[in-house]
Amino acid sequence: MSDAVRTLSSPPEATFPPPAAREEASPPAPEAAPARLRARLRRPGEDPPAVRWTLTALALLFLAAFVLVPAAAVVSEALKDGVALWWRSFVDPDALAAIRLTLLVAAIAVPLNALFGLAAAWSITRFRYRGKSALVSLIDLPFGVSPVISGMVTILLFGAHGWLGPWLADHGVKVVFAVPGIVLATVFVTFPFVARELIPFMEAQGTEEEEAALVLGASGWQILRKVTLPNVKWSLLYGVILCNARAMGEFGAVSVVSGHIRGVTNTIPLHVEILYDEYRFRAAFAVASLLFVLAVVTLVAKKSLEWKQRPARREAALRSSP
Amino acid sequence: MSVSAVALAAPRARPRTSAGVLPGFGLSTGFTILYLCVVVLVPLSTLALRASALSWADAWRIVASPRALASYRLSFGASFAAAGVNVVLGVLVAWVLARYRFPGRSLVDALVDLPFALPTAVSGIALTTVYSKNGWIGRLLEPLGIHAAFTPLGVGIALTFIGLPFVIRTVQPVLEDLDAELEEAAAVLGAGRWQTFRHVLLPVLVPAAVTGFALAFARALGEYGSVVFISGNMPLRTEIAPLLIMTRLEQYDYAGAAAIAVVLLGTSFLLLLAVNRLQAWTRTRAGLA
Repeated sequence: MSDAVRTLSSPPEATFPPPAAREEASPPAPEAAPARLRARLRRPGEDPPAVRWTLTALALLFLAAFVLVPAAAVVSEALKDGVALWWRSFVDPDALAAIRLTLLVAAIAVPLNALFGLAAAWSITRFRYRGKSALVSLIDLPFGVSPVISGMVTILLFGAHGWLGPWLADHGVKVVFAVPGIVLATVFVTFPFVARELIPFMEAQGTEEEEAALVLGASGWQILRKVTLPNVKWSLLYGVILCNARAMGEFGAVSVVSGHIRGVTNTIPLHVEILYDEYRFRAAFAVASLLFVLAVVTLVAKKSLEWKQRPARREAALRSSP
Repeated sequence: MSVSAVALAAPRARPRTSAGVLPGFGLSTGFTILYLCVVVLVPLSTLALRASALSWADAWRIVASPRALASYRLSFGASFAAAGVNVVLGVLVAWVLARYRFPGRSLVDALVDLPFALPTAVSGIALTTVYSKNGWIGRLLEPLGIHAAFTPLGVGIALTFIGLPFVIRTVQPVLEDLDAELEEAAAVLGAGRWQTFRHVLLPVLVPAAVTGFALAFARALGEYGSVVFISGNMPLRTEIAPLLIMTRLEQYDYAGAAAIAVVLLGTSFLLLLAVNRLQAWTRTRAGLA
């Protein structure tokens, strides 16, 4: 292929052909080329507009039918009868109790799993030992377990016919069909989130900064507080946000252990179910809209953290590449 | 850890069982393993023990009862179909998001993660409302004789929704990382767009798409919240396996619930194991190439 043709077949912003070839032949302006030629001026990796628009339309149609329309339905159903009635759904004592319980459960489960995530990431990315990859696989385990089974194991362990159930009952502790069971099921379901975020990030960052701190005489806690935590704070926050979203929104596992006692063991998702089953659709969607807002906030936080993390990730990738 | 760091720090560090110089090995590893055992491993082991308390004959009678078989058929069939839809349309969406620029693209990109972020109970009631007879989309399907809500099709719709991000999020980064030069080289060598797709892009896409398929399938198998509202929960017809476990639990038939749970859990783990092997295989192949 001659230089002239090669230059023709690439618009000015293309990196191909290499700069040397471009200098040899003066590139004609693409606007000047006739339409038939312009069709061939597209970069080789580019699809014709007809293909592009058809594929984009199909993709958007799919996302609209499966994601956008259901999401819009939540908002529209919740606000169907006006903002005043929407607001009144939250003043209901059962709804308030559900909101309080959800906040309480998340306030216990999320810090526990964040602490675990930090310890697991430190152990896995800062040391080498046998069985480490098995440990990483085991941490992922709860992701492969159906929510119903996650709740069920709590019953098998602490229920009236469970291993520890009779002993606990003798000591006046109620786990299943009470708040502790809900907390345990939530901790199980949200177990991997923070660790999953931190492990790849800390792996990519390497240990050089911590080792430098050690050589300079810092103690373990000083290294953690002054070097590691500032480095991983966005990753940690991201993991905490994901963990929290799941903790507040978990339905299946909590449904198994809660016993659905109104005002006592109902979380927000369970309250949505009860309202829906009683055909109080507007109230169900009003309470559901609260969880919808939580999901949107989670997505916005995810996007902005991805954007924030980009320089750090690039730096980490550069450091780990040689 | 880099070699130079070890060489520098080694003289100062006391010999340790672990190959690292930083402090906190015992504390962090000990806490990790203890917490893992208490929260995950001990509870899960009760499941296996409870199921093993059954005799083989009893276990078989529960696991292979007509109601259980119908629930597996629905769970596996609908999950497979949903993951299949997600492979085809997910690759399409990933392609559009990775390759084309259009107004609102980043908003659409964020929308893809909504099924991950939205609590399943909310997805369940939203999908039921939209796809029921009078719903925004159900109304359009009804004249065509398609009943979505309270049928196996509804189960498939819910499972497609919750599996939607998996294929897109595994395929999209592969497409974004792909060297444009490969496609340009193919075009320069005279390949048509379709030939380029088939011989250059497809071999790279297939492992990612298969991974996404398996993840979506495994997730769909265990899904509960988004399905129970739209399925109608009729035994033998629209009852998924997780719901059958729930029913057995409500009847205090713990052994029966555990037996079905073991079938479900075993399949999920085999699938995830297969994904791990596939990813390891893809990595080594990429490393050798």
